[in-house]
Amino acid sequence: MTPAPAGASPRAGVRGRPFTGRRRAAGLAGAGCALVLVCFASLSIGSVPIAPGTAFDAVLAFDGSEEHIIVRDMRLSRTLVGLGVGAALGVAGGLMQAIARNPLAEPGILGVNAGAAFGIVSAVYLLGVVGPAGYVWFAFAGAAIAVLVVYLLGTTGGSTSSPVKLALAGVVVTMLLDAWTTLVLVFNQRTLDEVRFWLAGSLAGRDGVVLTHLAPLLLAGLVAALFAARQLNALSLGEQVASALGQRTARVRTMCGVVVVVLAGSAVAAAGPIGFVGLAVPHIARAISGPDYRWILAHGLLLGPLLLLGADIVGRVVARPAEIQVGIVTALAGAPFLIHLVRRGRLTSV
Amino acid sequence: MNSTSRLNTESLDLAYPGTDLIVSDLSLRVADGRITVLCGPNACGKSTLLRALARLLKPRRGAVRLDGQEIAALPTKEVATRLGLLPQSPSAPEGITVEDLVARGRFPHQRLLRQWGEEDENAVESALGMTHTQALRDRPVDELSGGQRQRVWIAMALAQETDILLLDEPTTYLDLAHRVDVLELLAELNESRSRTIVMVLHELNEACRYAHRIVAMREGRVEAEGPPSEVVTADLVRTVFDLDTVVIPDPVASTPLVIPEGGRLRRNTRGRPGGSGAGVDADRAARQASTER
Amino acid sequence: MRSDIAGGGPRSGRRPRWIPVRPARFPVSTRVRVRTLVLTIAASAAALVTMTWSLTLGSHELSPAEVARTLVGAPAEPGHAFIVNSVRLPRALTAALVGAALAVSGAVLQALVRNPLASPDVIGVNSGAGLVVVFTLVTALPAAVVPVGAFVGATVTAFVVYALTWRSGVSGTRLVLVGIGVNAVASALTTLLIVRYPVDRVSLAVWWQAGTLHGAEWADVTVLLVGAAVLLPVVLWFTRHAAVLQFGDDAARALGVRAEQARTALLVASAGFAALAVAAAGPIGFVALISPHIARMLAGPLTGGVLLFAAGIGACMLSAADLVARHAFPIALPVGVLTAAVGAPYFLFLLARTNRAR
Repeated sequence: MTPAPAGASPRAGVRGRPFTGRRRAAGLAGAGCALVLVCFASLSIGSVPIAPGTAFDAVLAFDGSEEHIIVRDMRLSRTLVGLGVGAALGVAGGLMQAIARNPLAEPGILGVNAGAAFGIVSAVYLLGVVGPAGYVWFAFAGAAIAVLVVYLLGTTGGSTSSPVKLALAGVVVTMLLDAWTTLVLVFNQRTLDEVRFWLAGSLAGRDGVVLTHLAPLLLAGLVAALFAARQLNALSLGEQVASALGQRTARVRTMCGVVVVVLAGSAVAAAGPIGFVGLAVPHIARAISGPDYRWILAHGLLLGPLLLLGADIVGRVVARPAEIQVGIVTALAGAPFLIHLVRRGRLTSV
Repeated sequence: MNSTSRLNTESLDLAYPGTDLIVSDLSLRVADGRITVLCGPNACGKSTLLRALARLLKPRRGAVRLDGQEIAALPTKEVATRLGLLPQSPSAPEGITVEDLVARGRFPHQRLLRQWGEEDENAVESALGMTHTQALRDRPVDELSGGQRQRVWIAMALAQETDILLLDEPTTYLDLAHRVDVLELLAELNESRSRTIVMVLHELNEACRYAHRIVAMREGRVEAEGPPSEVVTADLVRTVFDLDTVVIPDPVASTPLVIPEGGRLRRNTRGRPGGSGAGVDADRAARQASTER
Repeated sequence: MRSDIAGGGPRSGRRPRWIPVRPARFPVSTRVRVRTLVLTIAASAAALVTMTWSLTLGSHELSPAEVARTLVGAPAEPGHAFIVNSVRLPRALTAALVGAALAVSGAVLQALVRNPLASPDVIGVNSGAGLVVVFTLVTALPAAVVPVGAFVGATVTAFVVYALTWRSGVSGTRLVLVGIGVNAVASALTTLLIVRYPVDRVSLAVWWQAGTLHGAEWADVTVLLVGAAVLLPVVLWFTRHAAVLQFGDDAARALGVRAEQARTALLVASAGFAALAVAAAGPIGFVALISPHIARMLAGPLTGGVLLFAAGIGACMLSAADLVARHAFPIALPVGVLTAAVGAPYFLFLLARTNRAR
């Protein structure tokens, strides 16, 4: 493998504030601490409040009490799914922005969410599949096939895959898949009633099955992404510079694309389409850590679950005893923050 | 040569929102019908000054005057009929053809009902003719070479038919032949149509060759202004660029030719024409002393 | 000497690409690009043919001659007048006008933002209208509120996006990013409504959100025509500004364009057209995104003529989609589902072709 520029990132940050190693490490440590706190909050907060100490015991010293059963059976798996999905979305978003060199790129652009929705709606409508555990592989397959089609369409005939063409192909395929989904939902009320909760994006009711199926994929994807980070720094200087630095850009793009599919496909299969995390987290990470993708992905790994679990907790609390789906909360909470960043001029180009 | 000046500034202070002054207390008279070249080191404020002359930047203090009126008080469109600007890197919409792009230079002359009169057509034709780009007229601008593209943009600015033309580094990214080509074109325009031209140039020798007047800037102030033969000396180059040079007459045009000394070369060779190493060292020592003071 | 120019060759016997229009008796002059003119006429003709065809189809089939007689006021049978004039004609006109409005809106926005992925959805028009309409539908407010609600929701959201973008000027990138944020909020609230209300009410909302021309009547046509009569002159006037704005703000100002003023006018007009469309037919995707693309690929960058060409394409596209949506299947589909099915393959074909050309 050819060497990527180790210190390719310019040291000057937005408005002249330098992104020193200390600042980045502090950001990472802060996010890590916050994440631990949020995990415990996620175990103890809900329709039945449970003391953090009891929640802690339930994980480490299970005694079969009702509270412990609630924590173990419902909240622990939910928290773990939130951790995995959040990390996957945060990292996949960062990868997408890097390979598309577009601040608006997120896995959804490649048709991941539309493909998963297509898979699930078809499965419910045609095969009568019921419940999130049954959805998993249909969602994953739908997402993967959608991305494959997008990729083939975006690159046919051309020698290189231009990011704009890829995005356009993604938009078109998304629209086609959405057309089918809408059609089914318009004419089949049973399917609508079954999948509308899934379509909102939720962590509720995801049990161990979801987790055991998807955990290996998620882990493999995250590890591969962190190894790819070095390559992304060169890629972010542009196709030509990256080639001149000895990078095989097409191969890097393809590899990262596969990782994105694995991560985002697993995330959507586990929790439904949660659109905003993949877009906002890399921008927030970049605002904290500067343009070095190694740091952006590391921050994304922690900030993604932080945002997702935080939003999940809020969704459990605000409408008690009912819940608001986490996909709705992430959008409502994340969007104003994104707008704030935009207005402050903090969204530096990719 | 005490020429008239339609475009001039009066104790101008310039800055971008939220920054310190970039240009301070600058007064300049742009000689009519002449080529004026702004030069100086990077970030000396020459492009900022050009933007202010074109009414793109509002002065913090002082005024830019065009035909005696304060330019900030004139309507945008009226300014655009008297004064044209070619920015450093304008962007062409994807797929636009050369003729189309040049025709858009007619914007300030077009009215709601009169959008394509004969004068518009003639202006575009003559702009294409002057820049020798007629043959390219149906080609998409994206497909042209750098030199061709620059000619086309100049043609766009010419179609605007303004007496005064401002250009920000029109020769950047061009090779030697194309640079000469563009500069010859501008000189020809100036000569045959007596257009007033103000441009920012980086290459000092090209500036000396083509400018009637040079404005040398440093840190937002004018260090010297006048004909190249009077103004451009080794002393001036040292003040403005912080560089030791030898200035000899250009063997072709006998305008000043500025040749950098360069430390490495001076160590290796002795007795070059036009100055001695010891003298330069003394100068450098003196300069250091003056900056320490 | 100038080797780079020699490649073009002499240009004798050139077919004129532009026709200058300068009537001797009026102080009017303009020029028309031959290619754009031909294309616009072709697109309009195609739209007209599609509309006429759609007038013949339905539960009671008519021949084109019968339709023509009815339109000029001499129906072969008295029943034809009702079928054509009161049922089919308003729907056909609404389809064409909505398609044209979407295309104009998209064309202006894409030129303004200089991003080929931009469509009115970006400035929140569809999501804002969707939120208000889904609310009226799930809470069972009277049906007459729906188009008004859609228009209000669309314009208010677009205004919010614009206001949040403004910081001593509006930059295209900032507009897109703010639009994404505002869209996310509106869609999230809509999803919240969809999840929390009973499924039979939600079903109606999903139907509307698919985009449909079902129940279009003369009132819709009137509103669209009045709106277009107000907005189209604004757009055509500022199209020249948009053409120069694409050079970048410095170059545009140097040419005498007041950049912020022109941008604001164009944004308002674009949002207005999209709001008209969404009020009449719900959020119909694809037309606003694809029509300007096709126009640009065939006729070049935005000018007044290209804008009208795009409008013709939009009208044609939506008319055809509605025709297919109503008659090609055992049950009538929402047209929004069909626009994707009609537009996407063609767009993919164009995409593949440009890929090959490179």
